Amino acid sequence: MPSYVIPDKCDGCKALDKTACQYICPNDLMKLNKATEKAYNQDPDMCWECQCCVKICPTQAIDVRGYADFMPLGASVVPMRSTDSIMWTIKFRDGSLKRFKFPIRTTEEGKAVPDGGFAKHSDINSPELYTEPASSGGPIAKL
Amino acid sequence: MNNWETVVVETDLLIAGGGMSACGAATEAAYWAKANGLKVTLVDKAAMDRSGAVAMGLSAINQYVGIARGDNTANDYVKYVRQDLMGVCREDLVYDIARHVDSSVHLFEKWGLPIWLDEEGNYVHEGRWQLMINGESYKIIVAEAAKNAMAELGDNGEIYERVFITGPLLQDGKCVGAVGFSTREEKFYVFKAKTTICAMGGAVHVFKPRSTGEGFGRSWYPPFNTGSSAYFTLAAGAEMTCQEVRFIPIRFKDAYGPVGAWFLLFKARATNAFDGEYMVERRPELEKWLPYGKVKPIPANLRNWLGMLDIFEGKGPIYMRTEEALQRIADEYKDDPKAFKKKSKELESEAWEDFLDMTISQAMLWAATNVNPEEKPSEIAACEPYFIGSHSGASGAWISGSEDLQTAETKGEYFWGGYGLTTTPGLFAIGDASGASSHKFSSGSHAEGRMAGKAAIRYILANNTAPVVDDATIETLRDKVFKPMVTFEEHKGATTDPNVNPNYIRPRQFMYRLQKIMDEYAGGVSANFSTNNKQLDRAMELLTFLKEDSEKLAAENNYELERCWENLHRAMQAESHVRTLMFREETRWPGYYFRADMPTMD
Ligand SMILES: Cc1cc2nc3c(=O)[nH]c(=O)nc-3n(C[C@H](O)[C@H](O)[C@H](O)COP(=O)(O)OP(=O)(O)OC[C@H]3O[C@@H](n4cnc5c(N)ncnc54)[C@H](O)[C@@H]3O)c2cc1C
Ligand code: SF4
Ligand code: SF4
Repeated sequence: MPSYVIPDKCDGCKALDKTACQYICPNDLMKLNKATEKAYNQDPDMCWECQCCVKICPTQAIDVRGYADFMPLGASVVPMRSTDSIMWTIKFRDGSLKRFKFPIRTTEEGKAVPDGGFAKHSDINSPELYTEPASSGGPIAKL
Repeated sequence: MNNWETVVVETDLLIAGGGMSACGAATEAAYWAKANGLKVTLVDKAAMDRSGAVAMGLSAINQYVGIARGDNTANDYVKYVRQDLMGVCREDLVYDIARHVDSSVHLFEKWGLPIWLDEEGNYVHEGRWQLMINGESYKIIVAEAAKNAMAELGDNGEIYERVFITGPLLQDGKCVGAVGFSTREEKFYVFKAKTTICAMGGAVHVFKPRSTGEGFGRSWYPPFNTGSSAYFTLAAGAEMTCQEVRFIPIRFKDAYGPVGAWFLLFKARATNAFDGEYMVERRPELEKWLPYGKVKPIPANLRNWLGMLDIFEGKGPIYMRTEEALQRIADEYKDDPKAFKKKSKELESEAWEDFLDMTISQAMLWAATNVNPEEKPSEIAACEPYFIGSHSGASGAWISGSEDLQTAETKGEYFWGGYGLTTTPGLFAIGDASGASSHKFSSGSHAEGRMAGKAAIRYILANNTAPVVDDATIETLRDKVFKPMVTFEEHKGATTDPNVNPNYIRPRQFMYRLQKIMDEYAGGVSANFSTNNKQLDRAMELLTFLKEDSEKLAAENNYELERCWENLHRAMQAESHVRTLMFREETRWPGYYFRADMPTMD
């Protein structure tokens, strides 16, 4: 299901110093065509169709079309990701629709506290990691 | 390339990779580094928010031991792993990860990962060790905690994204950092470090995938984990382990959607095209693989094997009987139409979320072929082989265990530094990069990263000297890194089509050649996962030509340079695999590979 970019919707992330899709693709596939100021997938058959680019695009300009070598045409799976949930719209080849919404996190974005609020210790020679045993809920097993 | 700037970064601890294990390492190391005034630098070729195997998200945490709640002990986990890998595992490592993993899971929950809870507020299990999650943002959340931890170091915490690590920086047999290049700017990077943690995942596309058209990238294992860990540790001279243990998962066919929830949560059966259930009909075959054929749960590779035998006998396709499983669950509610409706909705949403959280294209494939799982079954199949030390594979570097977990017999052999130290001084390995500690998955990899993060800081305090690397070494490495670009520039005018040129090979064709060799001679999909000594000799012969031709890899730009280096890394993993396959004169994991000339277990 390689990603593709809808030209009318892509604004090349004008306001940013780097485009969102290029920033996020774990396989470095999204590229900006400098002349047209539109993004494209430079190597579609290396695409994992993880949809990371789709989820991050500020103008919903990216979609995916199922890998043509094994998927019949006509379906789509479209995410809408917000700060605490994601909504999926699935369109079947026969036209039927399904919609699902799932939570994605329980805390405010950016606010993950590394120690999780667990008690810390300062013994670098002990087998306990710095939030243990508090974060384990009990003592660390030893021989 | 000659005008690319050389950027030298000096640091105390270098973390190469930004995935689950690297995030664990950064989170823990930052704390101890801060207490001791040390610097930590993390380098990822992608963006940490969505890098590595968890980029898309996951629908389950596959390792939770529940020690404090009395569910299981660390020893229970060791027993499970040893059996699943047919007796091959480092018990001290598996035990160590098991005793720390719950702590990582509890941190994930605090950081904001939604873990399913039942009415009493207990975690919902998918299986004995697996927890159900709403895991679309799993990686974002874990990376966020790591980044926040690094931020607490101020100037002593540095993160480089979009820098591709090509290999180690070595001095007198010691690892003193790494080199790489920016995939965004014209910069060559030299990271000089007192200690380095290698955490760059496993390898895919070493073997030919089943789909070779547009679906080439839809391997189960993400196309962006390319053997960089194996290359890095091998190039640094570290001893490796379990290089013969590839991992072959059974997944929904073609889109490779997960089957765990279907087997474990929904208790679905797998049957062949004639309604035969290989797990029942082929039970006698398990007698051949004792004692492991008789253990519960039956090892993953033996389950694979029974299904493969059906395929070899022409009984395919194999189906996951989703319709049966959902019907059976629905039947339990048949006298209560309201509860039935609620349960059906719940099941439908659980089934689809499983795919949407971690294999979106499987949802697409169902939609494209009008599949409703409650109505009809879906095909499952064995994937092509992967190298991954953290899932149900075991390949990786041979590492030191923790001192307090050694017995009198193991101490000499299994402990020579802190947790995760390889046999190369100054180099640690974690996650998919460390071997013989299978089944650590996302959570265990994170925990292992934390263990090594603490051990590495302790190691630095004990070996606190800044590396001195001479300029000549750096120049040689620089030339090596950019050679494919020089080759392209030098010869590009020799033909009218830059793809076909007698003077060089482009990375894509190089990869196709590698995959063809591995697939046909080293037991890939088209060889029915079978090989023998003669096939392996032939593989080595052809790999030797490939290695010679690697000198002629050509890259037009830095995107292609990245692809060249990924394939150099893959080729190293391939050679290491073939050599080790030759060495193990038996068939031990028949559902991972079959040595036709040595068809039984020793
Ligand atoms: C499809 C799939 C499904 C899975 N499902 C589950 C599940 O349901 N539950 C579960 O608990 N576990 C699951 N796992 C296992 C889990 O994802 C892994 O165990 C875990 O991610 C391993 O962590 P790691 O740090 O070793 O590698 P990764 O998390 O893959 O990280 C590798 C990192 O290295 C970086 N990198 C690679 N090469 C280079 C280079 N040359 N230079 C710089 N950086 C580089 C990558 O960008 C990435 O940041 C699944 C894995 C896969 C592939
Ligand atoms: S993120 Fe969207 S708008 Fe921005 S460049 Fe990519 S496709 Fe265009
Ligand atoms: S779907 Fe994933 S792999 Fe494909 S281009 Fe988008 S981010 Fe990259």
